[in-house]
Amino acid sequence: MDIALQQLVNGLTVGAFYALVALGYTMVYGIIRLINFAQGDLYTVGAFLSLSLLSLLAGLTTHNAMLATLLGLLGAMALTAILGVVIYRVAYRPLLGSRLSILISAIGASLTLEYSLYLIYSPSYVVYPSPFGTGGPPLGDIVVSWIQMVIFVVSLLLMAALYTLVHRTKLGLAMRALAINQDAARLMGINVDRVIAATFAIGAGLAAFGGVTTGLYYGQISFLMGFLAGLKAFTAAVLGGIGNIPGAMLGGFIVGIVESIATGYISGRWKDVITFGVLIFILVVRPRGLLGEQVVERM
Amino acid sequence: MTNALHHAARLRLGAAVAVGIAALALPLVANAYVVDVATLICLYVMLGLGLNIVVGYAGLLDLGYAAFFAIGAYTTAIMMVRYHQPYWATIPVAALLTTASGVVIGTPTLRLRSDYLAIVTLGFGEIVRITATNLDYTGGPDGVWGIPRPAIGTWVLSSGTSLYYLGLAMAAGVLVIAYNVAHSRLGRAWLAIREDEVAARAAGVNTVVFKLKAYMMGALLGGIGGSFFAVKLTAVDPTSFTFVQSVNILMVVVLGGMGSLPGVVLGAAVIVGLPEVLRAFQTVRVLAFGLGLIIMMLLRPQGLWPSSTGEVARETPVVPPGRRQPLGPREEGVP
Amino acid sequence: MTGQPEALADAGAILTVERLTVRFGGLLAVSDLSFDARTGEILSIIGPNGAGKTTVFNCITGFQRPTGGRVVFRGRSVTALRPDLIVARGIARTFQLIRLFPGLEVIENVMIGLHARTRAGTVDAVLHTPAHRREEAWVREEAHRWLAFVGLEGRARHLARTLAYGDQRRVEVARAMAAGPRLLVLDEPASGMNPAEKDDLARLVAEIRSLGVTVLLVEHDMGVVMGVSDRVIVLNYGTQIAEGAPEEVQRNPAVVEAYLGQEDDA
Repeated sequence: MDIALQQLVNGLTVGAFYALVALGYTMVYGIIRLINFAQGDLYTVGAFLSLSLLSLLAGLTTHNAMLATLLGLLGAMALTAILGVVIYRVAYRPLLGSRLSILISAIGASLTLEYSLYLIYSPSYVVYPSPFGTGGPPLGDIVVSWIQMVIFVVSLLLMAALYTLVHRTKLGLAMRALAINQDAARLMGINVDRVIAATFAIGAGLAAFGGVTTGLYYGQISFLMGFLAGLKAFTAAVLGGIGNIPGAMLGGFIVGIVESIATGYISGRWKDVITFGVLIFILVVRPRGLLGEQVVERM
Repeated sequence: MTNALHHAARLRLGAAVAVGIAALALPLVANAYVVDVATLICLYVMLGLGLNIVVGYAGLLDLGYAAFFAIGAYTTAIMMVRYHQPYWATIPVAALLTTASGVVIGTPTLRLRSDYLAIVTLGFGEIVRITATNLDYTGGPDGVWGIPRPAIGTWVLSSGTSLYYLGLAMAAGVLVIAYNVAHSRLGRAWLAIREDEVAARAAGVNTVVFKLKAYMMGALLGGIGGSFFAVKLTAVDPTSFTFVQSVNILMVVVLGGMGSLPGVVLGAAVIVGLPEVLRAFQTVRVLAFGLGLIIMMLLRPQGLWPSSTGEVARETPVVPPGRRQPLGPREEGVP
Repeated sequence: MTGQPEALADAGAILTVERLTVRFGGLLAVSDLSFDARTGEILSIIGPNGAGKTTVFNCITGFQRPTGGRVVFRGRSVTALRPDLIVARGIARTFQLIRLFPGLEVIENVMIGLHARTRAGTVDAVLHTPAHRREEAWVREEAHRWLAFVGLEGRARHLARTLAYGDQRRVEVARAMAAGPRLLVLDEPASGMNPAEKDDLARLVAEIRSLGVTVLLVEHDMGVVMGVSDRVIVLNYGTQIAEGAPEEVQRNPAVVEAYLGQEDDA
């Protein structure tokens, strides 16, 4: 029982990462029917950018590691958001008419990000400093660290913020309109291009948060971590119902928990095969996902 | 107009003959290193032609093509090393197993929309690779080594030159198959599916079956390529069959020109040859591929040597009235 | 040009739509619709936007599964059959928004129309067997014949997307005719055409009928419909509200009301 609870706790943490990245996939797919292959890599970029920012800030705020981490996080989120928009404008927008071309370009964008990081930073794992340490509250036999709690809580807050944005703001309304019928949205005076760009920016920012917290949690990052995380996050998005924001959140946590249980009970070596198996299974058997799709019908 | 057609066709034929002669004469004029590179090009021609059928003809974005390559290679490797079979016996088995895996993977997934198909094939590619890494039967992370060279009777093909000619012969064979299939009812059906699946169905094409056929044919050719790979390198391990490898092969097709046979040959020559020519290229190779894919799609989606349909009269296209460009990939499904 | 109504009334029904119903969630697009298409006639289905015409079409050609009812063609049910099988049975269609294969040559577009009439398999294709070669030569010949029928022989090697709109429509018709159908189903063929093109279209439809092919037309343009049809069926809100010869239907008050709305009471 304790093992199960432990796996649950770990799963929820990992699940938070997947949920954050999945949100980006699901939002973009919902409005332009594109799998943004680069989304997983934006997660990695966020982590590395924050690392660079940290070393830059090291000179300024040497005494307060927490502050530096926070600034690094926010800076990385902002920069990654901009990068997300740049990728949309350069690699996707000109190709929106052709499904095949845009997919190939998306793969190109993903590889470009991955191997730019490879060249700039390092081919192997890079250490990520964390001011949190590994301590945590005493909860009997279950190990929960402070960082896990912070990640989980802040992730939920971010998701709640996103939900508020989507359902209570003008931008959110525009996003929802676009996710149903682009022509009608355009006729209503919505600047379709800007809303798409905003969607990319938000998705990228959330992914960056996921990347930074991954670094804090594991203590190391690598240029390819986004590849696998991205695929799992996409699995999560489909599981929840592509285009469905609460679905992506739910899917993320489910994938995280399934992965933790698989690691705990079966084997670490096969966990990715299991995750991919789940992905293929859902796409073949129930592509609508758990909570149903929300994808634009008329573009 | 027919004169222009004949002229273009004659040019192509001339180019093909020239390349053929150059290929045959290569070992006589070049050193062992060049012959080795040329052998690798032959391999990528085979793989590229296979993927070309799937992506370039039927328009199915397969991101896990390395899986078929892997299955072919491992089949030959295991059969020769564990079961001491002659190389020639392994080729049909490899072909059979890869085609069968094409059916297994394709049947549930080819009905999916193209973006989901891309991800699913990627997933299968990874599943094959990870399985090969984890199983003892496939040698785990170290793979299978010590693969003997192919032999015809008592003559063992161990020299670089003899392996080159073997690769050339196999590539030529695959080229003939690809050419024949492209210029057939099958190839036409695939092109129709690629251009407009709904219209293809309305014209009488059973799109589900033909997509599967494309996938199977692609798998078959990939398996043959893999089989050659095993005896050329004498060792197979999972690191040869990563997602980046699938992208390599995709690059060959995209760079050369989707659906174009001479394009694939050119693409293979560039993708294999360029890193050899520009040594510094190695470190930035994948980054260059990533950027290359984006740039190709933006600037020259038809590739370096586009397929020859519609050579005559490339006029300025007339956009029909009432046809506005939608902000998103074209709709699939019901008209 | 209309045919002789009496002769056509004796001809059997080549297509029977029985109590067709199509529901999309809460929306009833087609409601308990029944009608016949008689062999050799030119039958037009008209009605205001949203009347369900294209949905009926999609049911006949296999692109839409009806919620209820049947479609019977030449005595056999084709309800919910796959589109490619329906082509093999003898129904071919064109689309409201022209669906050619833009990157392929015009002649290739028409050759694909012959797919259902050919049978070369994978082995034949790989080996280019004599049987395959013979069939390919025949396919090319037939495609040229149908291209000539619509008057576009000269554009055979051009890329389909470079053709003018009216010509593209004709290629689509050639592709459909190449499938050797007994029933040709045209979805708003005159949309986007200028008057000259519409006249050409009407002539083409009449020529097709003279070959013995039944033509079912969904159309919006009254001029085309009245000029070429033997019989007209009017739909509104998914049901039939009128049926008969073009002149009768034109004068039918229910039809006028459907198109123009309620008459002013002043």
